[in-house]
Amino acid sequence: MTGHPEQAAAFVANEDRTHWHDQSLWFVRSKRDRQASSIPEWEALREAASAIKTHTLSRLADYLEEFERNATANGIQVHWARDAAEHNAIVHQILSSHGVTKLVKSKSMLTEECHLNPYLEARGIEVIDTDLGERIVQLRKEPPSHIVMPAIHLKRQEIGDLFHIELGTEKGASDPKYLTEAARIHLRGKFMGAQAGLTGVNFAVAETGGVVVCTNEGNADMGASLPSLHIACMGIEKLIPRAADLAIFLRLLARSGTGQPITGYTSHFNGPLRGGEMHVVMVDNGRSRILGQETFRRSLGCIRCGACMNTCPVYRRSGGYSYGYTVPGPIGSILAPQRDPEKYGSLPFASSLCGSCTDVCPVKIDLHHQLLAFRKVLVDLKVVPLAKRLSMAVTGFILARPALYRMGGGLMRAIVPRLPRGLVYGRWNPWGIQRELPPMPKQSFRDLIDKEPS
Amino acid sequence: MSSRNAILEALRQNVPPPASLPAPITTIRYADPIKQFEETLIGAGGALVRGSGAQDLACELSKIEVYASAAKIASLVPGLPSRDVDLNAIQDPHELEGIDVAVIPGKFGVAENAAVWIPGEALGPHRAIFVIVQHLILVVPDSEIVHNLQQAYERLEWKPNSFGTFISGPSKTADIEQSLVIGAHGARSCTVILL
Repeated sequence: MTGHPEQAAAFVANEDRTHWHDQSLWFVRSKRDRQASSIPEWEALREAASAIKTHTLSRLADYLEEFERNATANGIQVHWARDAAEHNAIVHQILSSHGVTKLVKSKSMLTEECHLNPYLEARGIEVIDTDLGERIVQLRKEPPSHIVMPAIHLKRQEIGDLFHIELGTEKGASDPKYLTEAARIHLRGKFMGAQAGLTGVNFAVAETGGVVVCTNEGNADMGASLPSLHIACMGIEKLIPRAADLAIFLRLLARSGTGQPITGYTSHFNGPLRGGEMHVVMVDNGRSRILGQETFRRSLGCIRCGACMNTCPVYRRSGGYSYGYTVPGPIGSILAPQRDPEKYGSLPFASSLCGSCTDVCPVKIDLHHQLLAFRKVLVDLKVVPLAKRLSMAVTGFILARPALYRMGGGLMRAIVPRLPRGLVYGRWNPWGIQRELPPMPKQSFRDLIDKEPS
Repeated sequence: MSSRNAILEALRQNVPPPASLPAPITTIRYADPIKQFEETLIGAGGALVRGSGAQDLACELSKIEVYASAAKIASLVPGLPSRDVDLNAIQDPHELEGIDVAVIPGKFGVAENAAVWIPGEALGPHRAIFVIVQHLILVVPDSEIVHNLQQAYERLEWKPNSFGTFISGPSKTADIEQSLVIGAHGARSCTVILL
């Protein structure tokens, strides 16, 4: 089984690139800080957002029913999907009943989670991701490496090479303005030819029965306003009670995610186009189970801003693909192992527990506490490798016995400096692959204290 | 059991303890909201024009380069004629492609983020108009600048089967190496005229 360390190995092997990736994300984190500090009520906004999410989760079934009633009154057709398979089947059924062969999509992490694109493609539907970053990774046949900036791992030259092959741009051209213009023309053609548009959902409002979608590019609005068929796909946790609550979340979302005061377009879809159809597909896919777990349910408050990724020292230096899951970074490291603890068991360990994610989270999810708590769950499930479990058991045994600890320390200080290097840094010690032990002190801290005149 | 009922039942079985909604919070006020609006709009890649009154609109528009040089202009501002476009004669929104400029009345602006609220009614017969045109000009009364989004949502009313959008600056992307490029899919420029 390959875990985070193995999947990160190739990325970290290229030191320059790792450094560049780290800096790119830190730049976004710094923009976030400037925006956050420009709002005196920032912390009050975070508190309010957290409280609204906690409240909504405490009445989620009621609010979903309220949303369904009001959405139906708006002329929206509401669908419920227990899992990814049902979600994909519903979307395909809607598309095929309208004879759709070309679909334009704006960003939706939910459809990534459900692997909708390959499902539809296998059934003869052309699916075009229209967010520039998503289109880039789609053309590269890769998943997004970040939930807000899908192509953050790529350099402009790589995108230039890709566009040269795929879109016929000049060989060697890598100017972002030139490449973006080429993508605009290419994708405008796709928009003009599509018979349906699919969008994600940033917020669904129970009170109005409508959904809100935020983009900077305007691609969601193109997809939802040109073809007469609009499908919006959402996880059931995207709900908020009232339209007025949007003020809280929209003030936090873009500031936290990209360091902007708001996204370019914040569109409120409360019904279909004249003569058209609008569908909302609400997906559980494990969320109701997470709701039942006291320690982890707050992860359902996530608004997918990406701030925890941008700030995470591990994400910044290991890249999105090292997580092997749709949502990477700290929040993904809680969500993924809920889905499959065996496959994603290494992710809660891909954290220094520094708490930076918790500090920036706009809805105050206790991310690093959850990561720590999840480690315990994984140890109890015995999905943590035996070597790690054994060393933890030994460490726990020694730390619980002060006399043994003192004796062990003395032995280590005496023996380790005399051991041959091959033994200390042998294969049994993965910690030592990229690190050196500090020189062993002659005395322990306790020895020093004992010698101090009291 | 239907999926709907299965999901609702699972949620009710796993329901967390009750928690109440938070109290409203105190929100930022700017000494000069119009100045804040302008600075934020420029930061978002847009431009602000300050006119003195409604009779000024044609004059201010003629000074905007993209407007003056446009072949096809769709106007949704009452009393302001379109140029070489009849929105009501267009049946299919795809035919909007090729319009250079749209002039759209905004309901109000928000100082903290330079967003202008465009209700669906202001978009005329085709919702896509605000995103498909090459350049966008929004006309907003200068008495209608609120300080923050909380005030904005206090003003909004929700009719059944409606649409509305906040627009803050032109369409943009930073998906290639975090370099900001204006004009991704939607408007290549966004000028707000305060009258």
